[in-house]
Amino acid sequence: MSIINKVLSRSQIYLGMMDNVPKADKSFHKKIIRLQEGCHNEIEQKRGEKMAYSEEKLLEEKVFKDPVHRYVHVRDRVIWDLIGTKEFQRLRRIKQLGTTFLTFHGAEHSRFNHSLGVYEIVRRIADDVFEGRPGWSHDERLLSLCAALLHDLGHGPFSHSFEKVFQLDHEYFTQAIILGDTEVNAVLSRVGDDFPKNVAEVIAKTYQNKLVISLISSQIDADRMDYLQRDAYFTGVSYGHFDMERILRVMRPREDQVVIKKSGMHAVEDYIMSRYQMYWQVYFHPVTRSAEVILTKILHRAKALHEQYYSFKSHPVHFYSMFEEEVTLEDYLKLDESVILYYFQMWQEEDDLILSDLCRRFMNRNLFKYAEFDPAKEYKKLAELSILFDKAGMDPEYYLVVDSSSDLPYDFYRPGEEEERLPIHLLMKSGEIRELSRESEIVDAISGKRRTDHKLYYPIDFICDDSSAKEIKRKIRKLLDIDESKVH
Amino acid sequence: MLKDHAKVMQAIAASGEVIGRKKLQKMIYISKKLSFPFGEKFQFHFYGPYSEELTVQVEELCNMRFLEEVKEKKGGYYQYRYTVTDNGKEFLSESHVDIPHLQECLTDMNNQNARFLELVSTVLYFDNLPKEEVQEKIFTLKSKQRYTTEEVDSAYEYIAMLKGKAELQ
Repeated sequence: MSIINKVLSRSQIYLGMMDNVPKADKSFHKKIIRLQEGCHNEIEQKRGEKMAYSEEKLLEEKVFKDPVHRYVHVRDRVIWDLIGTKEFQRLRRIKQLGTTFLTFHGAEHSRFNHSLGVYEIVRRIADDVFEGRPGWSHDERLLSLCAALLHDLGHGPFSHSFEKVFQLDHEYFTQAIILGDTEVNAVLSRVGDDFPKNVAEVIAKTYQNKLVISLISSQIDADRMDYLQRDAYFTGVSYGHFDMERILRVMRPREDQVVIKKSGMHAVEDYIMSRYQMYWQVYFHPVTRSAEVILTKILHRAKALHEQYYSFKSHPVHFYSMFEEEVTLEDYLKLDESVILYYFQMWQEEDDLILSDLCRRFMNRNLFKYAEFDPAKEYKKLAELSILFDKAGMDPEYYLVVDSSSDLPYDFYRPGEEEERLPIHLLMKSGEIRELSRESEIVDAISGKRRTDHKLYYPIDFICDDSSAKEIKRKIRKLLDIDESKVH
Repeated sequence: MLKDHAKVMQAIAASGEVIGRKKLQKMIYISKKLSFPFGEKFQFHFYGPYSEELTVQVEELCNMRFLEEVKEKKGGYYQYRYTVTDNGKEFLSESHVDIPHLQECLTDMNNQNARFLELVSTVLYFDNLPKEEVQEKIFTLKSKQRYTTEEVDSAYEYIAMLKGKAELQ
């Protein structure tokens, strides 16, 4: 059997294996046809000169089974090699939603899942929608795919809390991994000397072609389209679903940005609604925020103890460079959630009562309770509570915490004004473009109104334990409007 | 508590009135780059460094009625003016936020226009690159703004002047 026949028969077997794939997944079938064509081309090219690494295709398409996109398809050798690097594999050990699993137990999915999903969406846009259209250059295809795959590479464990406490920036580490002495850099450098820099610039949003940036980072980008659906799937909520296939079909490249054909406006409305509901129902869930508050306070406490030369029973070796705010890339890449949770587990036995208590709360999900808080009317009450907490032996720095919507790394759609953020633009039949909320009453209704939120977190078990500071705690309960029947 | 909010209010109070959201964003970003203690996270957006966190904080402060926002139509777009209200001043007086030399720097920045501050903040964003590369970045990424070489030079001079003021802290 000739090489061509061998490869063809292999792809036909593969096609047969996938007979049960629904017709809806047209891109998959197209892919198979391309696979067959590609095999011919591949062999042709092997006969000729050595193929450029950037154009190299796998002999057989690889597919990752995915609960959101059904399949993630990989044919580019560069993408396959990037997935295999240790820096990318590390993302398996970092949860996409941090502490959300303490509220929605299904939310254990990782940044690895999400990164593959974003890659798959950009691949579908580039190959199935944009290819051959004016305004899109095939030369930017591989760059877009790599940037999509690697856009979250610098995230650390529970990164939002870590970044706040230790003044870190995951975007800085994404750049450092892509441009540093890493396996990812070695793969990208094989494509071309400037290629790692270009990938880093797309992710940093400083690349000269803004259309490429907007695929991965804009008000309707592959990143958001993946995480909304993925987070909805894994949390199990009914929000977060929208017709992505429809949105992809109506996306068009237009100068600096991706625009949406007017006929697809209703699908975009659904996406905006999903984003809005997921924001309030999942991302800003008060119980998740409670876990985040405790996690942040653990890190603050550990740092403060280190600064006071406290002698840890379990020495926080992995934390030293963060305490000193001199984190090297090597140190950073050693961190994952297993490492952090190991310390939290061990610190439950520490002599420092605050650290051990907070770690026990986090590990055993004994979280802080919360009350609605209106800073404008209640900031004086907060000051009073702070004094009472101190008197009752509960350090208010760790046990009385205001959490605000501005602390959250998620947002919902607002039309950009004064050029702060580029809004979603609809492409009208006349060829002009119009901002989404000017055409859609639904979007206008939810984006025109500000909604902010503040909550006050406190340890109700301490406050209701009258074995000490009874009178002071009674005053605290009164201020927090806690029912006296909860006292023990 | 609400320390970051109080710092933003302090910045607006020190400036008297800030006209334009873009200008406010750039003033806080430049202050942060001058090592004043602002905690907001900034990313590079289409029009330079931008913080979603700061945008939401300002919204929160407006909802609390600590800041007053006046929306006015200006040609084809809306412009926003920000001042600290009396309630805000009272809150600020109890927050004990004192950032030495911030006022001098902010007053100076507030006298510049948003276009120039956008240039200054972009230069600062790329402060790890040599000047020639920064200039190239500006001409590429901000081609629509049509900044000139002279304006880039002025931005560098302005940053040096601000650093002089800030280093007194």
